[in-house]
Amino acid sequence: MQSIWSFPRITRRAGKVWQRNLEVFLKTWKVNFFPPFIEALLYLTAIGLGIGTYVGAIDGVPYVDYIAPAILAIATMNSAFFECTYGSYVRMYYQKSFDAIIATPLSIEDVIAGEILWGATRSVISVAVMLPVLVAFGVISLPFSLFAIPLAFLGGLMFAGLAMCFTAITPGIDTLNYPSFLLITPMMLFSGTFFPLAVLPAVFQYVALAVLPLTHLVALMRMATLPALGALLPLNIAWILVTTVIFCIVSINLMRRRLIV
Amino acid sequence: MPIIIEAEDLTKTYKETVAVSHITFEVNKGEIFGFLGPNGAGKTTTMRMIECISPRTSGTLRVFGMDPDKKPAEIKERIGVVPQETNLDPDFTCAGNLLTYARYFDIPPAEAEKRVENLLAFVALTEKRDSTIEKLSGGMKRRLILARALINNPGLLILDEPTIGLDPQARHLIWERLRLLRAQGNTIVLTTHYLDEAARLCDRLVIMDHGTFLVEGAPADLVREQVGSEIIEMDNTPEVIACLAALGVAYETLGDQVQVATDASRELAKTLLDRCKKSKLSTRPATLEDVFLKLTGRNLRE
Repeated sequence: MQSIWSFPRITRRAGKVWQRNLEVFLKTWKVNFFPPFIEALLYLTAIGLGIGTYVGAIDGVPYVDYIAPAILAIATMNSAFFECTYGSYVRMYYQKSFDAIIATPLSIEDVIAGEILWGATRSVISVAVMLPVLVAFGVISLPFSLFAIPLAFLGGLMFAGLAMCFTAITPGIDTLNYPSFLLITPMMLFSGTFFPLAVLPAVFQYVALAVLPLTHLVALMRMATLPALGALLPLNIAWILVTTVIFCIVSINLMRRRLIV
Repeated sequence: MPIIIEAEDLTKTYKETVAVSHITFEVNKGEIFGFLGPNGAGKTTTMRMIECISPRTSGTLRVFGMDPDKKPAEIKERIGVVPQETNLDPDFTCAGNLLTYARYFDIPPAEAEKRVENLLAFVALTEKRDSTIEKLSGGMKRRLILARALINNPGLLILDEPTIGLDPQARHLIWERLRLLRAQGNTIVLTTHYLDEAARLCDRLVIMDHGTFLVEGAPADLVREQVGSEIIEMDNTPEVIACLAALGVAYETLGDQVQVATDASRELAKTLLDRCKKSKLSTRPATLEDVFLKLTGRNLRE
């Protein structure tokens, strides 16, 4: 049996799976583009302006400006994670799409790579829809905020790979709720999103930096939108790059183990 | 005659169970080759190994002369697969399904459009071109899957129970299309539970059970060799049994019936009518079903 660490053979055919998902997405583009737009508005008004009135500023940054990059990072995480958990699971298990595709020259590695690429693309789309809203509110600065787009792709790959690991081992669609509630929701709150990690005990900060992927993505997004370079920039980038590679490789091998018997 | 599939000692083991055990066979170009057997006999596993989606445990396997472990993409480019389970893409229309599938085979869009129209006509679904999958009947779905399997002009078509759950009209349409494809030089491998289907379609077939082949040959030859040309059916009463035993005729009891397989039904029937007077008696031609039940037994599987 192949090790879960072995480097999978992926061909350019993976792009055809990406293209299939894009076509399906574009068929219902109106309902698909709406949620990130609304989400940005809701967060900005409720948390940014509502709570922000009491908070005032954090480290000299107006509260609404402080959370704006977090909104982008959370959207990046949610788009890729939910696409490659529930979305991929439905295509794999209920629609049998993967079975149909691997009867063609595509391999299972191509299929999963295409799904992960698509998950990252969903992140990019969400962030691209949110950016104009944030610009309109004047809470992020151009042109550096445009870095949010490549960051969304990179972060999207990371969360799509992570999601695909869960999809590969979940016994059923219901058990995908565990990573959603036990990992994604806490991450959304405790990754330096709505308040600085510095207010928490030191141990929390170290845990967040060590194991919560969103921490690093929020930090990078914030550097782009303020814009202001942070001291941990190299660590943030290295952490995301390394885990992205690990998640993607492991998820493809786990999926192969699940589907090729 | 070129050989399309060559398998020697082909074996597939899942953890504890042996699904396919040391089977050896060849499929020639232009023939329809059938795999018959009860549930769990290893038919689908064999198909999956040929389709390059399930790696073999041991033995050799060549499809178009290539090893599925080494050249899966090259082999898959040249085969068409009709799986047992309907796995059409519900996110697309009928034409959309075929066009998306064409892309997986790198067929240029203009050529794909042309093939899609031809194939929809071939399976009599032109009117359903823009329907979604959920609006199709079971028979239409199977026909669309057949069309999808043909999108790459495959030299080898693999069908896993192609007519499962279809009404007679739909089955006949599929049979007719398969014969047409054979006439065009295609090689077809299929599994089926319908023995009349196998008898009608297959040039050669194997009957499998517990992962091994029980017999191999042309349907008519198998019937003649294994059973005889005809079956005499009588009531299962003590008198009939005693009479048959007295005559030394081999028989098989099935519920309220006794069956006698024979090559000389007329003479035997006359003798039986004279000697075993108290029974109704009828004769019918022996079929592949008689061979199948004789070889695989009558116990329910799974």
